[in-house]
Amino acid sequence: MISDFLEKLFGSREPVSRDTAKQRLRFVLAHDRSDISPQNLEKLRQEILEVVSRYVELDLDGLEFSLESDQRMTALMANLPIRRVRSNPLEPDTPVEEATDSKLELEDDAIELDEIVEEASQTADIPLD
Amino acid sequence: MAMNRIIVVTSGKGGVGKTTCTANLGMALAKSGKRVVVIDADFGLRNLDLLLGLENRIVYTALDVLAGECRLDQALVKDKRQPNLALLPAAQNRSKESITPEQMKKLVRALTKAYNFVLIDSPAGIEMGFRNAIAAAREAIIVTTPEISAVRDADRVIGLLEANDIKAMRLIINRLKPAMVEAEQMMSVKDVQDILAVPLLGVIPDDEQVVVSTNNGEPLILGKELTQAGTAVSNIARRLQGEKVPLMDLSVPKDSFLKKLRQLFN
Repeated sequence: MISDFLEKLFGSREPVSRDTAKQRLRFVLAHDRSDISPQNLEKLRQEILEVVSRYVELDLDGLEFSLESDQRMTALMANLPIRRVRSNPLEPDTPVEEATDSKLELEDDAIELDEIVEEASQTADIPLD
Repeated sequence: MAMNRIIVVTSGKGGVGKTTCTANLGMALAKSGKRVVVIDADFGLRNLDLLLGLENRIVYTALDVLAGECRLDQALVKDKRQPNLALLPAAQNRSKESITPEQMKKLVRALTKAYNFVLIDSPAGIEMGFRNAIAAAREAIIVTTPEISAVRDADRVIGLLEANDIKAMRLIINRLKPAMVEAEQMMSVKDVQDILAVPLLGVIPDDEQVVVSTNNGEPLILGKELTQAGTAVSNIARRLQGEKVPLMDLSVPKDSFLKKLRQLFN
């Protein structure tokens, strides 16, 4: 009751854009400064996960993996929640199950643009009367 | 005699007040008795002449000197209002590629014989014009505003300066709006400083008077009574010469009763 009243009287506190700016800057600067391509960062991520996953089973949904920057020093921050520890670590060659993201690959005949175009032109052919 | 100072003023992003800072800082240093030359390194898009109100007095440019068509002192435009200040104009009808870093070094080397301070106004960007501007510099002043894009570009420039062995860098935060900082809708001086991690040379508050002085071609520093921004620049000139001048108090006039009450409940 009282807090409602106070909120009405004084207005509630909105998130301030100053903090948003700082947070967004920290993120882009970490990437700008490290000068690592998104492809290589992704490769690095994959390989680290591969190594770690030989010893522990990771909770793939809770993974965090990012570059952070402070005082002109860039650090790789990884938060890898462990589901369980493997009693027998896997051998280096054993494939580790990946998060099952559906893969979108650009193969030569994977996307059939012709058909789409054809369909579109068919639609356009419908007489207007 | 103390070593001459060769300072590039740069920012990465355009429109943050680099040229205005160079003009006013040059004027402030000259006013304090130093012999100052400001170099416009923005070939093709020169503006330093306009901000100084010297655009009608340009006869030769740096390119004419390099081409041997005139002597260096003939190209220098001496300011009649402040005889310690001279401008070396850039060519307007040529591109940034019309001069090389080596040629820039040659010009600057010659100028250090007659001037205590050589201020080089860098063009925006990080391409050829920027590389020319930093080629001869021993120190750098990075100008930024408390905006996300300006800070990001400043950071990039800082990295490039480091890579080019210019270690003496200092930061000017321009166009700060104290009321917005207080409302936490703008990054504070400390925020920007923490992110860029370069020593602070000064903070210049946003000032509408800058538009007026630009319109008139009369740098703020020439005014009889300095505005807050004018005082800030004059403090920066003193700090640049080693004087310890505390940062100006830019806080907004005292809180209202209602605001204090609100803070109490937050």
